[in-house]
Amino acid sequence: MLSLTRRYHFSASHRLHSPLLSASENAAVFGKCNNPHGHGHNYVLSVTAAGEVDERTGLLVRIKDLDRLVDEKVLHLFAHHDINRDVPEFSGLIPTTENIALIIAGLLQQSWGGYLDGAKVHLERVHVQETERNGFEVVISAAPVINEFRREGVLVHA
Amino acid sequence: MFVTRKVEFSASHICRLPDLSDAENATLFGPESSPHGHGHNYVLEVTLEGEPDPVTGMVMDLKKLKDVLEEQVVGPMDHRFLNLEVKPFDRIVPTTENIARNIWDRLAPLLNTPATSLARVRLFETPDLYVDVTREAL
Repeated sequence: MLSLTRRYHFSASHRLHSPLLSASENAAVFGKCNNPHGHGHNYVLSVTAAGEVDERTGLLVRIKDLDRLVDEKVLHLFAHHDINRDVPEFSGLIPTTENIALIIAGLLQQSWGGYLDGAKVHLERVHVQETERNGFEVVISAAPVINEFRREGVLVHA
Repeated sequence: MFVTRKVEFSASHICRLPDLSDAENATLFGPESSPHGHGHNYVLEVTLEGEPDPVTGMVMDLKKLKDVLEEQVVGPMDHRFLNLEVKPFDRIVPTTENIARNIWDRLAPLLNTPATSLARVRLFETPDLYVDVTREAL
């Protein structure tokens, strides 16, 4: 089994707050992340592609294609933005790092074939590091479909 | 139980196919195809699986693992131009994928023992790019 992991960096702000909870409940659940005006992180995103090497080129995937996919479908959306207000996928969805990882996995999977046409690779893992101490990983085969996740209604705004 | 040991080596390489034009090579390999080559500080993490020996408490004597990594990888590859000095990269492209697979092939016969098996080879070309070769059963 062979996989290739590429790491990307983006800085963004967010606020964790649920309209379904009271002010004190929000403060209790989300702590400092509930601060009214939001705050930012330097996120580190790791994207893992797994599959078969092209024996002629020795490549699993052309880095340029993977970079373009991540840049156009993820980094453009998130980098130097307020995730709550600027990223449409988070309207009604709380931008915890869990949700950010799931949404990014969905965005990448949606466009995967279009950017990596011909490469015999699938998206295997998406890992989002929020700080040095917090990291979250979505293993694709085990991940719920994003829309189902949203429907399950984990702290969805009405 | 898994045991991971890390070593580093610095080497230069060039990723291009001789039958392709400069432009085609650049499309495939990007800046890695630059004609005179370039170098990386590679970081290799080797993971073994096994149970601690009931007498020594060790999965494998780390000195032995260190020696194997030195003989098979660091010795042959450190401060070398891979395409010119390290087989089989005289005939296959030294992409990170191929170097990782070659390291797996060098290590597996020595690290697969009655007590241990090679579980994963992780090769970093840069801090932002690595390849994993993983045993199928994992």
